[in-house]
Amino acid sequence: MAKKNTKIKASSNGSHNQNGTSHQDISLSVQKTYKLYIGGKFPRTESGRYYKLKNSKGKFVANMCRGSRKDFRMAVVAARKAQSSWAGRTAYNRSQILYRIAEMLEGRKEQFITELVELGSTTTAAKKEVQLSIDRLVYYAGWADKYQQIFSSVNPVASSHFNFSILEPMGVVSAFAPEELGLLGLVSIIAPAICGGNSIIILADEKLATPAISFAEVIHTSDVPGGVINILTGLRSELKGHFSSHMDVNAIVYTGDDKQDIIDIEHNAVKNLKRVRVYDLDWYSEAAQSPYMIMDLQETKTTWHPIAHDMTGGGGAY
Amino acid sequence: MNFHSSPIIDQVGLEERAARLMKRSIKKSSKETALKLALNMIDLTTLEGQDTDGKVRQMCYKAMHPHDDLPDLPTVAAVCVYPTFVKTAKQALKGSKVKVASVATAFPAGQSTLDVKISDTRFAVSEGADEVDMVISRGRFLKGEYNYVFDEIAAVKEACGKARLKVILETGELSTLDNVRKASDIAILAGADFIKTSTGKIKPAATPAFTLCMLEACRDHYYKTGQMVGMKPAGGIRTAKDAIRNLVMVRETLGEAWLSNEWFRFGASSLANNIILQLEKIRTGNYHSMDYISID
Repeated sequence: MAKKNTKIKASSNGSHNQNGTSHQDISLSVQKTYKLYIGGKFPRTESGRYYKLKNSKGKFVANMCRGSRKDFRMAVVAARKAQSSWAGRTAYNRSQILYRIAEMLEGRKEQFITELVELGSTTTAAKKEVQLSIDRLVYYAGWADKYQQIFSSVNPVASSHFNFSILEPMGVVSAFAPEELGLLGLVSIIAPAICGGNSIIILADEKLATPAISFAEVIHTSDVPGGVINILTGLRSELKGHFSSHMDVNAIVYTGDDKQDIIDIEHNAVKNLKRVRVYDLDWYSEAAQSPYMIMDLQETKTTWHPIAHDMTGGGGAY
Repeated sequence: MNFHSSPIIDQVGLEERAARLMKRSIKKSSKETALKLALNMIDLTTLEGQDTDGKVRQMCYKAMHPHDDLPDLPTVAAVCVYPTFVKTAKQALKGSKVKVASVATAFPAGQSTLDVKISDTRFAVSEGADEVDMVISRGRFLKGEYNYVFDEIAAVKEACGKARLKVILETGELSTLDNVRKASDIAILAGADFIKTSTGKIKPAATPAFTLCMLEACRDHYYKTGQMVGMKPAGGIRTAKDAIRNLVMVRETLGEAWLSNEWFRFGASSLANNIILQLEKIRTGNYHSMDYISID
């Protein structure tokens, strides 16, 4: 613990990259290489590019992978591969896994608080953000086996049919993490998407990328199958076109209020009728968690099932 | 015959050479040409216990119409089925240039008597197969009965008549590169028109090293006799990238004369659709989705 404190102190002194500020402790701190999270693995970007992440005060934090079009493509392949078996799991099991993510995050609170403070958050705000992120995961863990009952319906029809509407996941979702709250914003987008059986490729915010990749480590130890959640880092401006034009992506979640971005994304989304969802929310608020955010990434399937009037055949269920 | 003349394979050297050939970057118009060529070299294959006439007809349609959204797309080279489906395939493909290949000789294990294998072959040919894919007796080969293996291939070749013979070595069961080279030489000398890596039922199958080793056997035979022998890697080739890498190996080992479906084939099922995905990417500029491509 003493060592850890030294490290925190060292980084707040502005010498994050080298230790040796303390005369007693001559061991070098080992820096983490932040990589991408694709298909349950942590590859570097295939492009070999990186960008320097600086915090709100302009201090260098880490070199982050500058993810490319091809990284995104690999992530879509992984997400597509993982999606159907994820959707095929029982709602109860998805619930358990979401809860498991919360458990793992709980155990690593301190690390996330440190990282958020490093990016410029106050300690009080960081503590609140991590706690709310855990709560949000538990919230969606609770919804996983309930939203289907709430939003599905049996519909009155005039013919001799049993008519019902049920929800099915959109499939592969691409998303942009909000430009504020590096952990809570990310969790608020990921949780409802996977709760409803989708797989997701999310681009961490450029300036808040370190907790996103640390969160990938949490996911990695939470029984989430590889490929269900994929986290990239890089430049939104460079990747938004690919996120919105890939034909094998079924829905896209945009966060923010840049009018031109939204127009471009909607324009690209037409190619395969991607569903576009735009969120511009206060992620601390109650409004930022809702079963309607699960519903936003669901398709409604309506089925007509014939009812037999004579009891000798047909109908089945009767 | 003396089969001790096959060269000993330098495993490290061969694997390094194969790895180096894997790294070539093929882009833009070369890539598009390579993709279309690869599509045209595919033996679209279904060899399942659950195959039905309906499944075979569906695959034949796919063989003739890989993806009608793309104009000027070639057909695949052939379909590859069990002997009992040759007639169905032949009818379904009538009027097209797509050939019908049939596996025979107690595929895939080959554990049967020579009589059964010959009659299996004759049946496939009489049903109209243009090509026969036979399996060698790996057990006999591994016991060192090379003459038996040679005679068997020669007998099947005779039963083929005009049909071209592809000889499956099943590299995954031969284990070593030395064995693969020796089996290649035996097959070529016994009259194979093509040598083929695998049945697709055993892993590893068409690894780069196995494929390169067999290509070198074809090359050495050509240098010695001036006769061309075809090559068909099968099993485990799923992506367009894998296919292009194979074409690079062929071009560098055997030369351009082999870059046609007369002399080179891919045994594959999911490869065709992966190639179509890449061609659509080139056409539209967007990464494409299987949602818009017919199943094979």
